[in-house]
Amino acid sequence: MARNLANEPARVAVMFRKMLVIRAFEEAAGENFFAGHIRGSVHQYIGEESIAVGICENLRDDDYLTSNHRGHGHSIAKGADPRAMMLELFGKVGGTSNGKGGSMHIADFSVGMLGANGVIADGCTISVGAAQAVKLLGQDRIVVNFIGDGGINRGPFMEALNWAKVYELPVLFVCENNQIAASTTTRLVTAGGGIAKRAESFDVPAITIDGNDLFAVDSTAGRVVSEIRNGSGPQLIQAMTYRLRGHFAHDDAGYRDAGEAEAALEHEPIRRTESWLLENGLSQDEIDGMRDEVKAEITGFVEDAEQADWPDPSLAFTDVQDVGAPIVPGAEQ
Amino acid sequence: MSEMTYAQAARLGLQEEMRRDPTVWALGEDLGYEGGMAGQYSDLQAEFGDDRIVDTPISESTIMGAAVGAAMGGTRPIAELRFSDFAMCAVDELVNQAAKARYMFGGQARVPMVARMPIGIRGGVAAQHSQSPEAWYTHVPGLVVVTPGTPAENRGLLKSSIRCDDPVVYMEHKGLWGMTGQVDESDQSAIPLGVARTVRDGRDITIVSWSAQVGVVSEAAAALSGEGISVEVIDLRTLWPWDREAVMASVSKTGKLLVVHEAVRVGGFGGEIAAEVAEELGVPVARLGGERIPIPFSIPLEEAYKIKSDRIAARVREMLA
Repeated sequence: MARNLANEPARVAVMFRKMLVIRAFEEAAGENFFAGHIRGSVHQYIGEESIAVGICENLRDDDYLTSNHRGHGHSIAKGADPRAMMLELFGKVGGTSNGKGGSMHIADFSVGMLGANGVIADGCTISVGAAQAVKLLGQDRIVVNFIGDGGINRGPFMEALNWAKVYELPVLFVCENNQIAASTTTRLVTAGGGIAKRAESFDVPAITIDGNDLFAVDSTAGRVVSEIRNGSGPQLIQAMTYRLRGHFAHDDAGYRDAGEAEAALEHEPIRRTESWLLENGLSQDEIDGMRDEVKAEITGFVEDAEQADWPDPSLAFTDVQDVGAPIVPGAEQ
Repeated sequence: MSEMTYAQAARLGLQEEMRRDPTVWALGEDLGYEGGMAGQYSDLQAEFGDDRIVDTPISESTIMGAAVGAAMGGTRPIAELRFSDFAMCAVDELVNQAAKARYMFGGQARVPMVARMPIGIRGGVAAQHSQSPEAWYTHVPGLVVVTPGTPAENRGLLKSSIRCDDPVVYMEHKGLWGMTGQVDESDQSAIPLGVARTVRDGRDITIVSWSAQVGVVSEAAAALSGEGISVEVIDLRTLWPWDREAVMASVSKTGKLLVVHEAVRVGGFGGEIAAEVAEELGVPVARLGGERIPIPFSIPLEEAYKIKSDRIAARVREMLA
């Protein structure tokens, strides 16, 4: 089943473009955060784009995905509209949640994206439940749960691994191991043999790959997704990567060794994929053109977000619950 | 009409809903062989299979979290937590996920699940198996909170909770499992959420209560009636949303309100009702609830925590004096 991307430069170019969209989105999110246009917290996915794109390229629209606080890349890769996402980051009407959720609560149920999540590892338990619904309803969807290396020390991760295996659920856990949990080096606070070993202790097959290698992610995901859809039960992919920025936009990552992030640039996924494309038929002009086009698109979304309407204050009181509505007299549901 | 217990009536309600809707299922510890702590799931696994009456590991976070995911995935799960005390291991999944998903995702999600977590003193199970934390959940936007007080209501309110598209915290009282009452099996209708029941009509004072405490309040009302004091007793049945209209109408008539609950008085839901009534009607209000102590084990200590009918009657006499 393993797919050899080297034979498919067109597929690589499509994925490369999605990675560029994520990168440009995240750069714009950071810029607008510092410019004061985006409030709260922005956790950028810069440097990890190949994982979301390589995994999601192997999913169907109706497959489910749960994400974490660093969810912009997962959402775009799963097919959420980056324009609506940018509007959401700005808190404007037309955002994925019309401004009610913001960066950490991006969701697009129309493409199976069941939500980013502000609580570490909570997506794990939601995923196994969604998979139980899939089984009960006789569907052949699978559920993908993105979790970071910091999340593996929470109980819900271990409960969900056990649960997924006990009921042989169609769940793919993807642990993006960027080796640092906020500002704490994960291995210093993690006992045992690591993420893959934890999964294996539950008889959940686990594979560790270079997450910055789009080819490795795509071919591994292609095989594993197909196995899960055909009834293998849950599996885990540990994708090694590196967070090129701080935990959130306003974190300068001063806890890192000098030169560490610069050295990591050599291995970052966009540069690596670009080199491959240059060796396999695309010209620098074509790539630059693609990059400019994507940048212009995202700039347009930012302009749209700046100009979009603020939500009417009455919207604060809607979509809470059916029973007991309206929350305040006159508020529509 | 048939006579059945509170636990049997709940079992009947669940069975009826599971027959009616194939997307209804239950997950929790010991639902199959044991049939739940009080037999409220008894033999249902034989009828519906182990993928609809699911025996789970002792993983409260995942019982609750999986119910959230399964509800988003188009089914109607009932998450059985056995004790409201144990549900505290899963408050994050209930409060941060179930209650907020619809709102924070801008209306894209519905989480039609029932989180079933019995409350109350059953006798001798002490501090970690006897609490009544219903007020906690009334404080959380997005949740419905239901406290059935009779067999018929435990059937009818469970049915409406299962059919509800909001997440419902369903709190049976462990002391009521064996309570018997008449249930009309031919009537398949659900009891609407948010509607109180007037247990006893009266003129002089309104007592609002819920769950097992309603029985104690009714004893007090009966005793007071022998003294010529006429007490109106209201069982809220649903705490959020509570039946404001019924309570205000009753207190407008009687002119006085006493709220009585088994839960700790400090921060209890009685304070909310008393405050709303006082603000709107400006009448005398009072509360009776447990002292702010953990539920003790030994018989005289446990009894000392409870709000007995003589205390309720004494409080009423004071208010009417």
